[in-house]
Amino acid sequence: MTLSAAGATFPQPFYNLAFKKHSEAGGPLINYGGIGSGGGIKSLRDQVVDFGATDAYLSDAELAEMPGEVVHIPTCIGAVVIAYNLPGVNGLQLTPALLEGIFLGTIKTWNDPQITAVNPDITLPAMDITVVYRSDGSGTTYIFSDYMSKVSAVWNEEMGTGKALNWPAGIGAKGNPGVAGTISQSQGTVGYIGFEYAYAQKIPMARVMNSSGYFIEPTLDSFTAAADVDMPADTRVMITNSPNSEAYPITSFTWIIMYREQSYGRHSREAAEATVQTVKWLTGPDAQAIATSVHYASLPQNAVDQAAILLKGITFDGEPLLK
Amino acid sequence: MAGDRITKALLFISSLTILLLSAGIILSLAGGAVPAFKEYGIGFITSTKWNPTAGSEEYGAMSFIAGTVITSILALIICIPMAFSTSLFIAEYYRGTRTAGILRSLVDLLAGIPSIVYGFWGFYALRPLLVSTGLTDQGFGIFTASLVLAIMIVPYATSLSAEIISMVPSELKEAAYSLGATRREVIFHVVIPSARSGIIASFILALGRALGETMAVTMLIGNANIMPRGLFAPGNTMASVIANQFGEADGLKMSALIAIGLLLFLITALVNALGKMIIKRFA
Repeated sequence: MTLSAAGATFPQPFYNLAFKKHSEAGGPLINYGGIGSGGGIKSLRDQVVDFGATDAYLSDAELAEMPGEVVHIPTCIGAVVIAYNLPGVNGLQLTPALLEGIFLGTIKTWNDPQITAVNPDITLPAMDITVVYRSDGSGTTYIFSDYMSKVSAVWNEEMGTGKALNWPAGIGAKGNPGVAGTISQSQGTVGYIGFEYAYAQKIPMARVMNSSGYFIEPTLDSFTAAADVDMPADTRVMITNSPNSEAYPITSFTWIIMYREQSYGRHSREAAEATVQTVKWLTGPDAQAIATSVHYASLPQNAVDQAAILLKGITFDGEPLLK
Repeated sequence: MAGDRITKALLFISSLTILLLSAGIILSLAGGAVPAFKEYGIGFITSTKWNPTAGSEEYGAMSFIAGTVITSILALIICIPMAFSTSLFIAEYYRGTRTAGILRSLVDLLAGIPSIVYGFWGFYALRPLLVSTGLTDQGFGIFTASLVLAIMIVPYATSLSAEIISMVPSELKEAAYSLGATRREVIFHVVIPSARSGIIASFILALGRALGETMAVTMLIGNANIMPRGLFAPGNTMASVIANQFGEADGLKMSALIAIGLLLFLITALVNALGKMIIKRFA
């Protein structure tokens, strides 16, 4: 049995490993195309994949455009970190106001008094700030801009939330690996990337001040803390800027998307069963352990429970696929 | 003969396929570009705005047209002295020697290196070098992209120029020598004038290649969707913005990208046609 899936690159390191282990254990072979969240949504809409994957849940308008009812299943929690490259500097702290100033290009040098005031313990070089952003449309940009729009009125007004934005300053690089590579190769740079990419390349990450006023280190625990929210029935919730005082603020679920009624087009019952079983396994303890091994935080219990309820509602010709 | 007829039919079908393919590409590009041109009219070409944020979407191609034209022309300017002198070396000064043979193979080797490898080299080797000169902070921008582009198009311009220079009839050169002309005089007064249009055409064809180059440029130009503000400022080209953004594009944005593709197609076709026209006149 072979399934095809496509979508977000943000959770791709997790999916690649999990799907490989799953098929080794007798599960279906899954061809996952990391083509971006938008591509994942499009592929599901065109019914060319068994399931899609996205970092930004579908808006009501997007849901209305789909040919059938779509279910969101959260699979893990990822975080977007602020990675930087400053010679001899470690332990940089950033506030929402500083993020706004740096990424909008109004704070131009690293030793700007606004930055040094927040970082009294470290010596910042008199170096120009070079912002590195994603040149391609991306769920990472969506999560970062969703957070920025919540904490900065100026950002909300000028930039808004989206997978691609109109950047006033800095340089663009393609994909999480592109941004990570550019930052690690050039001094004075700062950019937002998926946690595991910064972690893997050992790029320093800033501690970001959360809604309770604490500077929070990006760690799996601080990501899990952010997921401490009331889970809506359809799991469509953004957990950026969490009210939890221990939460890292730029955190998000990432989702698998699939049709609630699996009998469509030429989709076979076998493929439907394999799809549901795979997604169910993905939210289970084995796969969640794989997630933490590649630096994504595992799902909180309420998300696992909600995913189980949603998966029980998946049908083929009106008949539930899971007993 | 039946065999002849079959061969003829096969050849006809395969050339017809090429024709249909090109027509199909143009048709689908034009069709996909319709919504963008409907929305913005001719202003799509002249506008420098590129704002993909939902709610305030606005697309214009001028920043990318400018980025493409500036980097390609700069690359051509940098390429001309390198390619011109190398082709003279190969096809005239050291014609037929082992040195020329080795140099020619090396030039051909340069042509065979994939774009991404040039980008890689630019990113890890050339960029730090430019940063160390102090001219630029991060080394990303128009100039770095143009420099790598220049190196990439040198082999095309060189081999074509060398071919044309070696086609200059030896009777002409021998006549000049017999009149007492020096080597330098023969080259500048006989060889170059008679090969002139062919050499110009080879540079125009090289320019055509530079216009569509994508991967190496994307890695070095900084991908800022704005009018370039200087030689060392970031910008973006038509091919590079398409490569970057089509994955997540939808609706009007997709149409805008397709329209940029169509414009790039037209510009490249125009430049190539110009090159071919000059070659034809030479021949």
